[in-house]
Amino acid sequence: MPDIRPLLKATAIGKQFPGVRALHNVDLTLFQGEVLSLVGENGAGKSTMMKILAGIHVPNKGVIELDGNEVEITTVREAQKHGIALIHQELNLCDNLDIAANIFLGNEPHSGGVIDRNRMHKESEQYLKRVGLEFSTETLIADLTIGHQQLVEISKALSVNARIIIMDEPTSSLSQKESEKLFEVIRDLKNQGISIIYISHRLGEVMELSDRVSVLRDGENAGELVGDEITHDAMVKLMVGRDLSQFYNRTSTTLGEVVLEVEKLRSPSYPNDEISFSVRSGEIVGIAGLVGAGRTELLQTIFGVTPAVGGTMKLKGEKLMPNNTLDAINSGVVLAPEDRKRHGLVLEMSVSENTSLARLRRDQKVGMINFNSEAELVEKTIDSLNIKTPNSAQVVQYLSGGNQQKVVLGKWLSMNPSLLLLDEPTRGIDIGSKQEIYKLMENLAASGVAVIFVSSEMEEILGMADRVLVMHEGVITGELSREQLDEEAIMQLATGKQAAA
Amino acid sequence: MNKNTIGILSLFILIFGFTWYSNENFVNGYNMTNLVKWSSLYAIMGIGVAFVIITGGIDLSIGSVIGLVASLLALAIEKEWDPTLSVVLLLGLSIVIGLMHGLLITKVKLQPFVVTLCGLLFYRGISRWLTDNQTMQFPNTENLDSFFSGKLLIFGKFALASPFFFLIIIAVMAAFFLNRTIWGRYLLALGNNEDGARYSGIQTDRLKITAYVICSFLAGVSGLLFAYELDSVQPAQTGEFYELYAIAAAVLGGCSLRGGQGAIFGVIIAAAVIRILRNSINLVGISTHLEFSIIGLVILGGVTADEIIKRIVAKRRTSQINATKN
Repeated sequence: MPDIRPLLKATAIGKQFPGVRALHNVDLTLFQGEVLSLVGENGAGKSTMMKILAGIHVPNKGVIELDGNEVEITTVREAQKHGIALIHQELNLCDNLDIAANIFLGNEPHSGGVIDRNRMHKESEQYLKRVGLEFSTETLIADLTIGHQQLVEISKALSVNARIIIMDEPTSSLSQKESEKLFEVIRDLKNQGISIIYISHRLGEVMELSDRVSVLRDGENAGELVGDEITHDAMVKLMVGRDLSQFYNRTSTTLGEVVLEVEKLRSPSYPNDEISFSVRSGEIVGIAGLVGAGRTELLQTIFGVTPAVGGTMKLKGEKLMPNNTLDAINSGVVLAPEDRKRHGLVLEMSVSENTSLARLRRDQKVGMINFNSEAELVEKTIDSLNIKTPNSAQVVQYLSGGNQQKVVLGKWLSMNPSLLLLDEPTRGIDIGSKQEIYKLMENLAASGVAVIFVSSEMEEILGMADRVLVMHEGVITGELSREQLDEEAIMQLATGKQAAA
Repeated sequence: MNKNTIGILSLFILIFGFTWYSNENFVNGYNMTNLVKWSSLYAIMGIGVAFVIITGGIDLSIGSVIGLVASLLALAIEKEWDPTLSVVLLLGLSIVIGLMHGLLITKVKLQPFVVTLCGLLFYRGISRWLTDNQTMQFPNTENLDSFFSGKLLIFGKFALASPFFFLIIIAVMAAFFLNRTIWGRYLLALGNNEDGARYSGIQTDRLKITAYVICSFLAGVSGLLFAYELDSVQPAQTGEFYELYAIAAAVLGGCSLRGGQGAIFGVIIAAAVIRILRNSINLVGISTHLEFSIIGLVILGGVTADEIIKRIVAKRRTSQINATKN
């Protein structure tokens, strides 16, 4: 059982970023030898909180105590000195170096600048043993699977004598088997007295692993669950802040004619796998699956970012074979991409310039920008989508995630699309904007637009989709109607089990 | 007028005033005529490379393109080709050069630095080879002479030379393109975020190629102007290092090498600043051996000041936003 005195105690932590209040009065307690899970929706502040503990961000407010003593953690090195190590979702290993070199990166044992290779390899072996990784310490990282790389990261944390290991979505790109191996290691570490803070969206895992669960919502504490209280429903309720039935109110709509017909489509990322499906006017189709299942690639192929290498697509009966995004847009297909900052927006341009970027071409007067219609469009968009910005000249990077996403959607709605593709439409967005975006999806569907959305959030898929396609390794492993929808069925298909014929 | 342009304009006035104060010959008609003429030549190159820099690229071949066009023109005149036809063909050649750069960068996905560095070496070599590395004198070609190096007397000894009128036309067109057309907007978007632009239906490859074509074309125009201005061509030297003056003018004028930023007026003033500096060093009596050092220092100082101001503005903006939220 955990000790009485907490190992780590963070009180009233606050963190402000340009344009966003990431954390507000967040408390967090961690005991020795326990697994504490931190859950919450995207943008709830989990990652920010962890980055503060790991010394990547410095909080604007609040106190952190270790073993009852107040400490200040302003750099990663200081965090390490206190025994705190963060393992990022994207692993930070050097592919070109071997395991030992990675474990000791920046901490190499040396005499007068010359690395003591013997000691490095000998000590590395110890750490590998503790995480049960049976590889030579001279193996290159590039030759390891993601799962094994993760264990190297953990070894690295052990090498700096970490007492607290923070894992941010460690299973997001692991297979089922690799995940199970990781859980074993986590339990082992726990028995060795190490405390784990575990961040995950996969509530099943959280239930399996956690001694305690702390829930964050919109940058604030939403509640805590211990032992038997940790159930799927209890967590979701705290995460969303209300019952799901209130949050998603998708009522079945009348379906129109077929808008998109995809037949034996092959995308360049999965050139040997064929995909077929269709979407009707007024329909909202969700695409579920694990990270790397080929969902984003599918949307990108329909949108012409990565032109298809085979198969056919038809939009309202007419052939659709976009070679670039302009072809797709001209046919009435638009995409709000997953990575808003890299693909969706031109961050350093204004709200106005971003909103009109696609529409400019249509409103041009022999190549000249029609500034009047641009201003009108922007005004209308800010108004109708309720975009919160001081004015239309505001640089878009200073907007909150939700408002940025509304700018992206505004840009596309101005093109009157017949097919709207959304890739993780509510990632990193506050609850309020989220609801507005769901409403918008509903309204668009009601007006006859066909909507396809990719989401990794189970609640979103369950709540918004009329029909769900589940993908795994580049193929659609199953299709579920609204009546057949449940988390279990989706996970089965997402991990590669074919639907019973 | 944006903040950067105000900054460069202040620098211009400062250096202008200082030089005038140090040596009143600075403002005599003859010197001013030259100053305007040479500033215009630099500015034309600067505007060209500004387009490329806005896309986040670079063109190191400008000086060699100038050398090549000038050498070939001299050669054509020597071989008694029709001068007008030669000029048209050479402008065509410079467009083809830009097109090649653009295609190599967008389709073969080579880095702009590498492509244009190879261009710098290649065109220079070709110029020297075709001319046997001999200095070529320009015989009189009448109409073209007055077109490319004519002078319009304004008052006293002050005259406006052809390059100035070229610059005015080019600058107006460039500014219009950048600020008023959809392609100008696309170019800025592309420079800020190429993927973002592509996902918005902008054909980024074509636009990038266009930028390199504009740059090489303006280098070609500069080549003709230089050839007529100097009345002789040294294949090994004509245009040498000019790409660096052009890039310096663009950067000092407010183009970020990260792409996505640029103002034509700023580039013109910056070109004038660089030219005045060279002139000033002579007139003030500083050793001409220090010329490059001083130009380097002033540019460094200019962009540093710009960066610092930008950071202060950004900080103030952030705190304002935070203030309104709490």
